[in-house]
Amino acid sequence: MSVLEFQKVSKLYNNVTQALTEVSFRVDEGEIVSVIGPSGSGKSTVLRCINRLVDVTQGSILFDGRDITRVGKKEIRQLRKKIGMIFQHYNLVNRLSVIENVLHGRLGHKSALSGAAGYFTEQEKENAFCLLERLGLTEQAYKRCDELSGGQKQRVGIARSLMQEPRLILCDEPIASLDPSSSKVIMDYLSDINKTMKITCIFNLHQVDVAMKYSGRIIGLTSGRIVFDGPPDRLSKAKIHEIYQSNEGELITDVG
Amino acid sequence: MSGDRMKKTPGSKEKAAVFVARKRNFTIAFLGVFAVFIISSLATGYDVAGGFAAVPKAVHWMASNFVPDEKAWSRLPNILAKLIETAFLSVAVTVCAAVCAFFFGLPGTRTLKLNPWVGRAVRIIAAFFRNVPDVVWAMLLLFSFGQNILTGFFALFFYTFGILTRTFIETVDEVSADCIEALHAAGAGDLQTVFQGILPSSMPEILSWILYMIETNIRNSTLIGILTATGIGYLFDLYYKRMDYASAGLVVLSVVLLVIAIELLSNQIRKVIL
Ligand SMILES: Nc1ncnc2c1ncn2[C@@H]1O[C@H](COP(=O)(O)OP(=O)(O)OP(=O)(O)O)[C@@H](O)[C@H]1O
Ligand SMILES: [Mg+2]
Repeated sequence: MSVLEFQKVSKLYNNVTQALTEVSFRVDEGEIVSVIGPSGSGKSTVLRCINRLVDVTQGSILFDGRDITRVGKKEIRQLRKKIGMIFQHYNLVNRLSVIENVLHGRLGHKSALSGAAGYFTEQEKENAFCLLERLGLTEQAYKRCDELSGGQKQRVGIARSLMQEPRLILCDEPIASLDPSSSKVIMDYLSDINKTMKITCIFNLHQVDVAMKYSGRIIGLTSGRIVFDGPPDRLSKAKIHEIYQSNEGELITDVG
Repeated sequence: MSGDRMKKTPGSKEKAAVFVARKRNFTIAFLGVFAVFIISSLATGYDVAGGFAAVPKAVHWMASNFVPDEKAWSRLPNILAKLIETAFLSVAVTVCAAVCAFFFGLPGTRTLKLNPWVGRAVRIIAAFFRNVPDVVWAMLLLFSFGQNILTGFFALFFYTFGILTRTFIETVDEVSADCIEALHAAGAGDLQTVFQGILPSSMPEILSWILYMIETNIRNSTLIGILTATGIGYLFDLYYKRMDYASAGLVVLSVVLLVIAIELLSNQIRKVIL
């Protein structure tokens, strides 16, 4: 069953920048899908349309069979509760502690006042500590986030999104600011979460090799259009060059 | 060698031209400012050389008249009482204005994405309050409140409110943009985002601005006190008009010391919070 379906989605920023042109694809429950493409091809726009951080100009997006492109503010909150998001720059509240940041994942489930006052139930706190343990952050629980390394911050970001108990996690270049070993740790955690918790994941990635290794399906985007949609083993070298509009020997993946 | 290579790079000439143009623009701007200075000196009849020549004389006059004497020192308790009144007024005004400015400014931020029309209105209103100097506010308010401590309070309040609204909007857009986005994406509402995201992340900058405005307001409230006949400014005016320059000098001295003390204190506080 498909969790997400794009139907001829187009996005025009400020009536001038055509970021997406008639993008259509489906994502099934439990899949890991990676979106690749050159800078400015519209990868982030695709992800941000899904949780309505960006409003589409044309077309519709079905989440769980419901068109979410025209819903009002209240329903947007309901939608966002079910969709976690992980950012390149982690986007944590740096001056708060790790555990407080993780609990922020519950805000969508709480009343405005208790959320604003930072009141969380014992059950929620217990879950938060469980997640921290699972992500190897138990010792950091009371540290301030600006004392953490990049890899640790991204794990806090993952814990925060898992607190939402989401059906779908959107990862916008989750490893672009990390060194190769922390990158592997993060990708392994996300892939493990996908398998054990049955959470669908959509990645934006710059590293083609990472995308091919971890995802079941790859979508290639060039100037806002889908030029490839299929399993990694069907993604040939020539196709990669078509996606990145480059010639043989011009990509970092061609080296070695 | 590297110079040779640079010359061969296409476009390096154009790049160099940019720097030449920048230097030329700078020279033109400098000459322009100088010309404006000359023209305005001529127009107002301001005698530059004479102005500077008068400085030593003025210093001498101040040194011989404004030195506190025995009579002045006997007025110290009175002066200190007014000084404390002025300091408390400045702190109270700044804190009130800061709280109002923060919440008033929230719709004006681009990152929180409240109503864009309200946001535009907020920025215009803030610009209005900011661009009317506090002294002008004091004179306008004199008509409605008379010579009263409320006049001084509101004059400082409006001006501080205008400045802080603008700086808080900029601070939030700059410092809190990332976490606002993350909290929104997690389904948090606006109230939750303000208290769980914006306030914790912008707090050091906000406090730093509040401290700065307290310093400024202590200085300005002295001036406004002269107009509204309240606080330390009134005392200065009183002694000055009685030609009791020694006591007026002590008032000035005490204000200077207070401002320095507040500045040192707030620097310490800044060190702790930043
Ligand atoms: N908020 C915005 N306002 C106006 N134009 C935007 C905005 N966000 C993105 N764009 C434009 O839309 C196009 C697609 O941007 P997008 O961020 O989706 O690309 P991307 O594939 O994620 O790039 P990158 O790999 O650099 O992150 C770009 O041309 C960009 O300039
Ligand atoms: Mg992007």
